[in-house]
Amino acid sequence: MSKKLLMKGNEAIAEAAIRAGVQGYYGYPITPQSELLEYMSSELPKRGGAFVQAESEVAAINMVYGASGAGARTMTSTSGPGFSLMQEAISYIACAELPCFLVNVMRGGPGLGTIQPSQGDYFQAVKGGGHGDYKMIVLAPNSVQEMADFTYLGFDLADKYRTPTMILTDGALGQMMESVQFPEYNLDEHLVDKPWATTGRENGRKQNVITSLHLQSEQMEQINLKLQKKYREIEKNEVRYETIETEDADFLIVAFGLSSRVCHKALELAREEGLKVGLLRPITLYPYPYDILNKLADQVKGMLVVEMNAGQMLEDVKLAVNGKVSVDFYGRMGGMIPQPDAILSKIRELYSAHTKTKMEV
Amino acid sequence: MAENTISTPTFKKTENMEKVWEKPSILFDVPNHYCPGCGHSVAHRLIMEVVEELGITDRTIGIAPVGCSVLAYNYLNVDMQEAAHGRATACATGIKRIFNDKILFTYQGDGDLAAIGTAETIHTVNRGENIVIIFVNNGIYGMTGGQMAPTTLEGAKTSTSPEGRNLDLMGHPLKIANMLAILEGAYYVTRQSVHTAKAVRKTKKALMNAFKYQIEGKGGTSFVEIVSNCPSGWKMTPIQSNEWMADNMFDFYELGDIKTPPKEGK
Repeated sequence: MSKKLLMKGNEAIAEAAIRAGVQGYYGYPITPQSELLEYMSSELPKRGGAFVQAESEVAAINMVYGASGAGARTMTSTSGPGFSLMQEAISYIACAELPCFLVNVMRGGPGLGTIQPSQGDYFQAVKGGGHGDYKMIVLAPNSVQEMADFTYLGFDLADKYRTPTMILTDGALGQMMESVQFPEYNLDEHLVDKPWATTGRENGRKQNVITSLHLQSEQMEQINLKLQKKYREIEKNEVRYETIETEDADFLIVAFGLSSRVCHKALELAREEGLKVGLLRPITLYPYPYDILNKLADQVKGMLVVEMNAGQMLEDVKLAVNGKVSVDFYGRMGGMIPQPDAILSKIRELYSAHTKTKMEV
Repeated sequence: MAENTISTPTFKKTENMEKVWEKPSILFDVPNHYCPGCGHSVAHRLIMEVVEELGITDRTIGIAPVGCSVLAYNYLNVDMQEAAHGRATACATGIKRIFNDKILFTYQGDGDLAAIGTAETIHTVNRGENIVIIFVNNGIYGMTGGQMAPTTLEGAKTSTSPEGRNLDLMGHPLKIANMLAILEGAYYVTRQSVHTAKAVRKTKKALMNAFKYQIEGKGGTSFVEIVSNCPSGWKMTPIQSNEWMADNMFDFYELGDIKTPPKEGK
């Protein structure tokens, strides 16, 4: 474990990526993630990696495709508008089963929007923002420490499943400073063999091809079935979440990333008033923690989803709960951050409504 | 009847005869999907000859485009990646920057390189990436059925310029090789063709130069344009298309070196 350092979230990701052995970083400036690009430009070449400032996010993600296909640990980072530009290549990467690590430091949209923090790219990240049936593992940190921790995890899971993985975070977490410690990480123990990589036909071995093109429908269906099998495996093994004071809760807040921290504060305020509120924080947004939510739906009398968007994860909570309890929503958009007192008011209102209804039944 | 009726002709070995030519061993011995008379197959063969003769098969990585040559990896027996439309040089950049000892080439058509991939093409060359870009310019979108390309000549009829390319409405044919040659990062830019035996020999020499420059690691990108025919897209016989190409394309797309490396010692 390294000594405690005070760092911005964006920088913590960059530092963790270098420690996790990233060999190539390709990026393009966009607020609020530019610190990550800048950190890489000064640090990565010194520490043996390649840094390229690409001409666009489109080029950057295709550089990732190439380097990953050749067997390298590789990554890019961006914010919403740039993430939109990357969707085509991410679809290719998922189909060609290339491991790589991506970061979206979300800002308010749609359109050019604002540079203030948001969670408006949830659907795009979690549901597959590009064409075709694919998924990628989406990690949602809520602290600078987790920005670092999930970067290591992101690279490892990418290699393990030959899939793109990503951190979905926001401009506030990206730019705020907190203390962070970098864990010991013996790279050799984490690197995997990549016999499929295009490295040149060394020792006359058979040709390796990286492609997402399979013109015969029968063959393309097989490729899809293989991907789906992998996604079921990921859903079985990689669900991560945090529960806070859920043991005795009869009302549940569900929030990820930055909004989960605000909700934690609101939970403390509610508990002071004697309201038995718990918090479920999904850490993997894909695979989503449907099972624990469904279980908690048997225990609590209502749920409140809090997001910095118009209600995107809300749909997954509803899917998980499947009508067992009522699910309400509180969200802010356009770069606004929900405040604890506003969430508390919402909790009070819903808490009495739902607990009363249940008692009458 | 055998399932595959197309096969490589075999000749009886005769004593006292010298072998003067054979297919490069790294060209897969399979029938290709290119139309009869198309220049792609000759270009493919030349690249594999050069790679084999330079002894770099074990470290060569090719990038295929989207277009007629999307399946180039079915013919070129080297490690290959199939890139998204227009992004081949970005893929090559990503690899070359990490694995500097590998030999990278992209193989792209005019729609891929000079329309949708223009930004990647220009910036890859501007950065002087030490790779070989092979650009097959047949002035049309062949794969999708003969639509107008950025390189289509004035007046040429295609499925999306049925009255002929109108410069006022559709812009001018793009001499992208000449554009690239003015960039500092361009080390070697040449325009060749493969329609005659002599032209084929010159193209092979150009490819040989380009790959050698990369191996030597001399500052910059090598760009080999091959002006080629598209009998199906142009709706001509192979011979007609080669004649039309010589009569019409070479006036606009002049053959020869556009930028050559500085002479040693200067």
